[in-house]
Amino acid sequence: MYRLLRFILVVALLSPVVTSSVFANAEAHHGAPDKELTPEELRDENNAFVKHHTNDSHDFGIVSNEETGTHVGFPLPVILWDGSLHVFMSSAFEHGEKVVESKGNYYKLDTHDGKIYKTDEHGVVMTETTIDKKTKEETVHQLKPLDFSITKNVFVTIFMCILMFFLFKGIAKSYKTGLAPTGAAKFFEPIILFIRDEIAIPNIGEKAHKKYMVYLLTVFFFIWFLNLIGMTPLGINVTGNIAVTFVLAIFTFLITQFTGKKDYWMHIFWMPGVPVPMKIILIPIELIGLVVKPFALMIRLYANMLAGHIVLGALIAAVYFFDAYLAKTAFLGLTFFMNIIELLVAALQAYIFTMLTALYFGSAAAVHEEAH
Amino acid sequence: MDVQMIGAGLIVIGVGIGIGRIGGSAMEAIARQPEATNKIQTAMLIAAALIEGIGFAALFAA
Repeated sequence: MYRLLRFILVVALLSPVVTSSVFANAEAHHGAPDKELTPEELRDENNAFVKHHTNDSHDFGIVSNEETGTHVGFPLPVILWDGSLHVFMSSAFEHGEKVVESKGNYYKLDTHDGKIYKTDEHGVVMTETTIDKKTKEETVHQLKPLDFSITKNVFVTIFMCILMFFLFKGIAKSYKTGLAPTGAAKFFEPIILFIRDEIAIPNIGEKAHKKYMVYLLTVFFFIWFLNLIGMTPLGINVTGNIAVTFVLAIFTFLITQFTGKKDYWMHIFWMPGVPVPMKIILIPIELIGLVVKPFALMIRLYANMLAGHIVLGALIAAVYFFDAYLAKTAFLGLTFFMNIIELLVAALQAYIFTMLTALYFGSAAAVHEEAH
Repeated sequence: MDVQMIGAGLIVIGVGIGIGRIGGSAMEAIARQPEATNKIQTAMLIAAALIEGIGFAALFAA
């Protein structure tokens, strides 16, 4: 009975947050177009809406109205390397309308793919033609500078790093005064203990788990917090960016290889307990497995988060797509439901990433006493 | 394009069957041994995640 009451209370407390985020998402979409749109135009507009919310961008846009051309948000620094260093704020682009001059070079922001191109002073993109020596085919490249900008994703990642640093520093400090948790530690202690007792110890082992706890806790909270901030109507999609998940998977891969014990390499190059011809066949298979494991980690997190955002975007677009109020209400309810599911998925994906990482660490740290 | 769509459909069918079987078996196992719920759930999630990973990898190839 107590559990049921608690559940209802949590849902009741969460629902205004979730519904407001749904409405804010919808509001950010567009301010009710009065003119009739053909289905193709609607589809393109919905695609652009979903893309805008899932792609990285050079400024932190909160609300924008394409028809009146008003944008609310703040600009972020643009850092380009093109023979020399160019640094300026992204507000200089005026959302792709202006060509920016920096140290004698001209740059333009393409609003469709969100990339910066090198142009001449009139805004015509410079091109370079290369000829393939074998096929004699000419290919035209549009010139782009190397882009090291603090984009929206980078900004949110840095923000999250700072937030996590102070949050967990505070939690660690609260244990100096006594063993009973206080403040934020009250909420996070069970989660930290869960990762230690349910993820690290069963997979890695009582003895070896301690040195991996640092990474496991960091990666869990990093992914979870980034997933959660992606649920806010700010259009942030950091964990749904394959570059971010790629780096996370690379960390797991490197830690697994560099902490691998003798038995770990033994199982890859000379699998014990099987006949010699089988050992030789197993070597390439195990080597492929080394690469496939982090690759699957990367793709799983990326695809799950991106798919979640696209589905949510499509559902919100469907609210505007239909004229009948019954359909609008139904899709609003469905969006609300999907938002709740995505909150679950945000935690689940962080859990699964940590769990599989622990599993790989476990195989690296395992010491087999008995001969196979 | 069309062939790729058929391939993507086949992948989703395969992944659906796989995860469905895992979920069903886990339900059955929990019904038989409710005290082992936690262990079964963990194993179920890992297996489902692994299948899902392969499914996504195949979807990207398609």
